[in-house]
Amino acid sequence: MLSVLRTIWMTLMHTFRKRDTVLYPEEKPYLPPRYRGRIVLTRDPDGAERCVACNLCSVACPVDCISVVKAEDESGRWYPETFRINFSRCIYCGYCEEACPTYAIQLTPDFEMGEFDRQNMVYEKSDLTISGVGKRPGYNFYRVAGMAVGGKDKGEAENEAAPIDVKTLLP
Amino acid sequence: MATIKIDGKQFEVDPTDNLLKVALSKGFDLPYFCWHPELHSVGACRQCAVKQYKNEDDTQGQIVMACMTPAADGGCFSIADKEASDFRAQVIEWLMINHPHDCPVCEEGGECHLQDMTLMTGHTRRRYRGPKRTHRNQDLGPFINHEMNRCIACYRCVRYYRDYADGDDLRVLGSHSNVYFGREADGAFNSEFSGNLVEVCPTGVFTDKTLGAHYNRKWDMQNAPGICTHCSLGCNTSPGSRQGVLKRIQNRFHGEINHYFLCDRGRFGAGFVNREDRPRQPLVRADNGVLEPEDMDVMLASLKSVLAEAKGLVGIGSPRASLEDNFALRHLVGADNFHNGMSAPESHASLAALALLQEHAGRLPTLRDVESCDAVFVLGEDVTQFAPRLALSLRQAVRNEHHVLAEAANIPKWHARAVRDEGQHFYSPLFMAVPAATRLDDVATELFHLRPARIAELGFAVAAILDEAAPMPANIDEETRAHAETIANALKTAKKPLVVAGTSLGSEAVLTAAGNVMRALESVHDDAGLFVTLNEANSLGMAMMSDRDVDHAFEAINSRRADTLIVMQNDLYERAQHGKVDAAIKAAKNLIVLDHSMTATIAKADYVLPAGSFAEADGTLVNNEGRAQRFFQVFIPEAPLQEGWRWCADLNRAIGKPVDWYGMDDLIDAIEAECPQFTGIKTAAPSTSFRKAGMRFPRSPHRYSGRTALYANVDVRERRPEVDVDSALAYSMEGYHGSDQPPALMAYAWAPGWDSNQAAITRFQDEVGGHLKGGDPGTRLLKVDANVPDYAPAEPKLVEGWQAIPRYHIFGSESQSAKAPAIQERMPRAWFTLNEAGAKALGLAAADTLRLTIDGEIHALPITIDPSLPDRTIGVPVGAHGLMGVRLPAAVSP
Repeated sequence: MLSVLRTIWMTLMHTFRKRDTVLYPEEKPYLPPRYRGRIVLTRDPDGAERCVACNLCSVACPVDCISVVKAEDESGRWYPETFRINFSRCIYCGYCEEACPTYAIQLTPDFEMGEFDRQNMVYEKSDLTISGVGKRPGYNFYRVAGMAVGGKDKGEAENEAAPIDVKTLLP
Repeated sequence: MATIKIDGKQFEVDPTDNLLKVALSKGFDLPYFCWHPELHSVGACRQCAVKQYKNEDDTQGQIVMACMTPAADGGCFSIADKEASDFRAQVIEWLMINHPHDCPVCEEGGECHLQDMTLMTGHTRRRYRGPKRTHRNQDLGPFINHEMNRCIACYRCVRYYRDYADGDDLRVLGSHSNVYFGREADGAFNSEFSGNLVEVCPTGVFTDKTLGAHYNRKWDMQNAPGICTHCSLGCNTSPGSRQGVLKRIQNRFHGEINHYFLCDRGRFGAGFVNREDRPRQPLVRADNGVLEPEDMDVMLASLKSVLAEAKGLVGIGSPRASLEDNFALRHLVGADNFHNGMSAPESHASLAALALLQEHAGRLPTLRDVESCDAVFVLGEDVTQFAPRLALSLRQAVRNEHHVLAEAANIPKWHARAVRDEGQHFYSPLFMAVPAATRLDDVATELFHLRPARIAELGFAVAAILDEAAPMPANIDEETRAHAETIANALKTAKKPLVVAGTSLGSEAVLTAAGNVMRALESVHDDAGLFVTLNEANSLGMAMMSDRDVDHAFEAINSRRADTLIVMQNDLYERAQHGKVDAAIKAAKNLIVLDHSMTATIAKADYVLPAGSFAEADGTLVNNEGRAQRFFQVFIPEAPLQEGWRWCADLNRAIGKPVDWYGMDDLIDAIEAECPQFTGIKTAAPSTSFRKAGMRFPRSPHRYSGRTALYANVDVRERRPEVDVDSALAYSMEGYHGSDQPPALMAYAWAPGWDSNQAAITRFQDEVGGHLKGGDPGTRLLKVDANVPDYAPAEPKLVEGWQAIPRYHIFGSESQSAKAPAIQERMPRAWFTLNEAGAKALGLAAADTLRLTIDGEIHALPITIDPSLPDRTIGVPVGAHGLMGVRLPAAVSP
């Protein structure tokens, strides 16, 4: 008997509580920066695209919704000719972001991606690329990698010695 | 047999092997770098460290290198031991110190032995923070890319290139920790086997440039078990594709043919499949004389009336097409109207080769067996240019003497450096009677530069010396007799002598002489072997199918017995003189061509049907030892491009001739029923309905990516997976993949922890470097005949006066690879070659133009001096880089 009264009392008290429901979309909830929403392709601090088309995101993707085709510019720099994400298949697991060795692919707190036509959920590289560095300022893969690409010669990367002169016998 | 213990488990092993090979064969994951099943041990990288114990009571043990430790009886070892595994982790950390942060932009990534080994040892974080050593790269030509920073100095490349393939232009340069693996200057490698560096290098220093041009990772490839179509040896390949583009050719291990290595023509010659100018629609010659695309149904309807109105059909098959395609054409035109598609001399030589092979069917060594032959006599073949992979095997054959000396000195066979030091410059005998200098001369004991008929004469003389019952050629000079005696003695005293002959010179006499030598050897030797090379991938199969060559076909057209010519995957201008082909095409009312590449014949055709190349069709090829091998479709091309035999089936149905082949199985049954000489091709690979645990076999690795996005731009709904009606393979990553899958259906090599092609295959072999589990694929069609053949009369028909002889080149002489862009960059200039005396007699200097009339047609090319040519002979470059359709050898009057 007592427990029944207690339950009724508790239910009554809920009427005066602060409401959890927000008036979306007028009022937007706070989502932390590491929230796993819409995927973007970021640029390095020099403004060039970060993606090197290594295909690690596409192989990490459990639903196989990322397709990348590698191309190479005249300076030897790898870049994606095609970068396509089929968001109608994406499960926003973030494995692609974890796999990315260049911090190019990042998940953002944007989740408002509803479409009437499923075909519109297919995002190409131009739809994915943003103009900033996203969550990872400062990192530029090609400054660390050993390949000579566009303007950076052998031995000019971070922590690299000048190229060896094979003709010297000096120690 | 010896008994050893590894990690407490007991194994029966071969005591002449080293511990590393044994451990890998028994399924242990033991990391290694410098060791390779074909290059053996040098103990340089210190990666395969294990603990060795004195006996079972010993708990202390000592660290030894597995590759340098004999698997002797009573041995007690531990791989899992803490100290040993710590040691291995430290070694890889040293090796990785200067390794760049390149994996994402490295073509090797995903099939990298170094990646595998770092993971296997558990070295997943770099502690070193100092500066890394760097190197400048070299431009190594159109085949291979160089990225020297990635080198871990395992020395595998130079050991393969210099010690195994006998190349001389890849060196270790520099000193101490600055060593550099490269050439003295930029430029393509000289060796015809340089492509194997891509697979031998455990990391990304040497990578495939043709793959880099349209790169994707190994895990994204759609592969198929392939057979190389660029010469008659039938090396096994694994072509990889993605989205309908052929990306690369990789080696597919076959324990009796190519094992770990391919030649550069086979590896880089497939680019013709991706050419833009290929016919991909049915084409019909419009009224204005231009070939216009036509709808498939309209085309079949018009061909129906063409075939119905034809006064007679003539079918020309092709030695570069599969048995299936050729048989389907044979069925369409009738067996009596079918021709084997070879030029007259080539057909005669191929038939002679077939007869020779049949006579000695019990003594045909495989390409792998050639490596263990300890005396070789080559009659007429420039093997490096004609059947390249054989040259690599012969290079191993001459090193048998090293193994003999090493054994006498008690050196184990796997101790690579010691075996070489003991062997020094002592080689097993290799005698070559060839028209001119070859790329194999550096290992030859003695060279005889002779005309084709003289080569035959020498062969007959060798036979006569080996066995008195054999006929001696008349009027033989003393010099030839002396040479013959040297050769005969070497062959007689060898344990396993080998005779190599072939069809390259177009001379039946040379083959007959080889037959006599072989017959004579058999009378004195139990282990003699005969190796015959032919012109093209299916030359032997075509010789077995039909003995009528293109001349017979032209004759039928010119005599008005028939008026419609149907050509299957053949360029007639390669098979006969220009004028003769032109005349036949003009005489024919209709010329229908089924082909996958643009040819001069297509340019004259009235109707063109786009047939699938090796990448877009399944088929069976018969290689030079009579082994029927099946290759499988790599990807499905866009309709209406389809297999040649499917076009023939459509045409058969269009003219109301019922055919009941709807898939490969039906077709193969029909071939076996109608052509009993091909009985057995059915067993070359499992049938379409074959399943393991109810599953098909995957074409792609299990991590094939992007399935739901690849074509999402076209339609977001995923495509239905394609069903293969012609084989038991699946067009996806689904299916059974494991060490007990049938080897003929193994599209790629991968095993857990082993991603690189050459290491992963270990898990599919009965022992490392041995044979594939379940038996090496293919069926030998030639049956052993108990009858001992008689000696042929020794009549070499010597020719005096000027003679034109064919000269082949690995890049150019084979018509399909000659259309591959990478090969085209390496094609040589076309020259007539003759010796100094010859040039002087003709009043010509080097680079002057020589006009030569062969068979009534004039050919003009600049000349170059080759002092090795016999007097009054002119070397004629045969193939896309030189002349096509010339019939050689021929008497000429320059």
